[in-house]
Amino acid sequence: MPQKSIRQALNEALAQEMRRDPTIVVIGEDVSGGAGTEGQRDAYGGVLGVTKGLFGEFGEARVIDTPITESAIMGAAAGAAVTGLRPVAELMFSDFFGVCFDQIFNQAAKFRYMFGGKAKTPLVIRTMIGAGRSAAAQHSQSPYGVFTAVPGLKCVVPSNAYDAKGLLIQAIRDDDPVVFCEHKLMYDLRTEVPDEPYTIPFGEANVVRDGDDVTVVALARMVHYANEAAEALEKDGIEIELIDPRTTSPLDEDTILESVERTGRLVIVDEATPRCSIATDIAALVADKAFDALKAPIRRVTAPHTPVPFAPSLEKLYIPSPDKIAAAVREVHGYGK
Amino acid sequence: MQLNRDELIRAYRDMVTIRRFEERVQEEFSKGGIPGFVHLYAGEEASAVGMCMHLGPGDYIASTHRGHGHSIAKGCDVVGMMQELFAKEGGLCGGKGGSMHIADLDRGMLGANGIVGGGPPLVIGAALTAKTLGTGTVAVSFTGDGGSNQGTTFEAMNMAVVLKLPAIFMFENNQYGEGTGVAYHVGSHDIAGRAAGFGMPAVKVSGDDFFAVHEAAYEAVERARNGGGPSAIEVDTCRFYGHHSGDAQLYRGKDEVKNLREARDCLTHFRARVTEAALLEADALDAVDAEVAALIDRAVAAARAGAPPPDSALLTDVYVSY
Repeated sequence: MPQKSIRQALNEALAQEMRRDPTIVVIGEDVSGGAGTEGQRDAYGGVLGVTKGLFGEFGEARVIDTPITESAIMGAAAGAAVTGLRPVAELMFSDFFGVCFDQIFNQAAKFRYMFGGKAKTPLVIRTMIGAGRSAAAQHSQSPYGVFTAVPGLKCVVPSNAYDAKGLLIQAIRDDDPVVFCEHKLMYDLRTEVPDEPYTIPFGEANVVRDGDDVTVVALARMVHYANEAAEALEKDGIEIELIDPRTTSPLDEDTILESVERTGRLVIVDEATPRCSIATDIAALVADKAFDALKAPIRRVTAPHTPVPFAPSLEKLYIPSPDKIAAAVREVHGYGK
Repeated sequence: MQLNRDELIRAYRDMVTIRRFEERVQEEFSKGGIPGFVHLYAGEEASAVGMCMHLGPGDYIASTHRGHGHSIAKGCDVVGMMQELFAKEGGLCGGKGGSMHIADLDRGMLGANGIVGGGPPLVIGAALTAKTLGTGTVAVSFTGDGGSNQGTTFEAMNMAVVLKLPAIFMFENNQYGEGTGVAYHVGSHDIAGRAAGFGMPAVKVSGDDFFAVHEAAYEAVERARNGGGPSAIEVDTCRFYGHHSGDAQLYRGKDEVKNLREARDCLTHFRARVTEAALLEADALDAVDAEVAALIDRAVAAARAGAPPPDSALLTDVYVSY
């Protein structure tokens, strides 16, 4: 099977779906780029190249460059979705949800419920998350916890190219609004990806590693850090079961609960800040529904309750590391023994 | 209005400082000394300096992600700025903000901004403070052509008119919002005209001509200081680098940057204008060049030598108290 990067996998998913369904449009800032200039069209293809080439195949009617006006982009996409298109809107950096959240939070997410089940809003919002590039406080956050907290929104956080393609196709075919979070440091990460279109259902976690000692739940880039930690822990005879939920809304509660029933120990790794977060949410879930199985306190390895710092040394401390993950696993593993 | 010799020297010094700062940032960024992203202001110097010459330390400005020029023009310490870009403890924000969040409230600089259209509402807030406290100060929003389209910008302009605030909306039309041309993304092709539609005086000036910007800025600042309410200025300008450092700029026409540098360099225009009119001698300008070159060298040396922020800085400054 061919190896593809997350960037290629996403691009392929978009192109294949757009060929299949003429109501799918891509809309956002510089999704092609070069409009109204003397240079090339498709100059960017998205700031990190994910939508490159779509303009050439599908043209400006379906690959729509916009002004830098996030409220109008999200509102247009929500309004188009509820009236017959299937927009894939790009919110370049997830931090910019602060500019346009009304159209997502009060509008798109609530149409169906407010309108008594009469509306469908097949909208995908692709957005970049993640720290690690010294992009500082307004270009580095991972606010998927905020999206997850909104009833009516679905939220996808893939960790590899195979999942990225299958989940994006699923998101496009889904009739509800979906926020699709792409980690900015992972676009070049390669895995085997089939050429043909396929879907991965929402709410089905991926068990990345099997193990009986400690359950570790991690998302996006943290899946890879947890895997690194697992290699080190394995040498000490500690086997972790690593679960990547892949979607935070819906969340595959069963896979997490079944694993904790077996291991009795849980570490959650989350690059986002810790208050009212996915890590906290999963900890609450397990405390609520698997309390009797727990043999140790639940540990959360997260960013601190601070904005993302600019200085590389501080940013490195901000992001959970394989060492911190391993230390938390060791602590939980040794508890009560 | 006629500028005296000291004012002319200051104008030239500030513009050259911005140019050399940005050229050096480009160089140091390419060498890997500067983390993150930098958005360079070279080519647009007349706009920042033409406006900020009229402002005192008590006046406020808010900037964009392309904020180094505004910071320098508003009097921020160049050495502290360079240290900030290098993520050092001695930087203006202690290494925690970086290029996109460079700020110095003591100098009336409310910050570069990572959010397009983030600044204009903040500026009307600063203007509201000035009006409420009767400080006689003004607040200026620097916004790009990209940011001119944001809803936040429209809302801020309207409220400034409604509340008759001492605010000035400076729209720096450098022809691109990232990689999209203004001919595409500003529907009316007329940013000043749109501002006028909100009910404030609005003019359009060439950013190639420091004196034109300076004159328009004077009128707007005086109007605001005298209770005449907000104004807008659209500066027709150009950027010599990409949207950010490292941008391949495929959206540019053939030889576009070369042609801009030849025809639309505000520094070249300034030099020619003042020497031809015998207002300043080439020697005096050369002396400024040398002085600025030494300052930038000093800034880079300090930035390289500076220590990164201590690890404890990760957890400080989130709140005043908690």
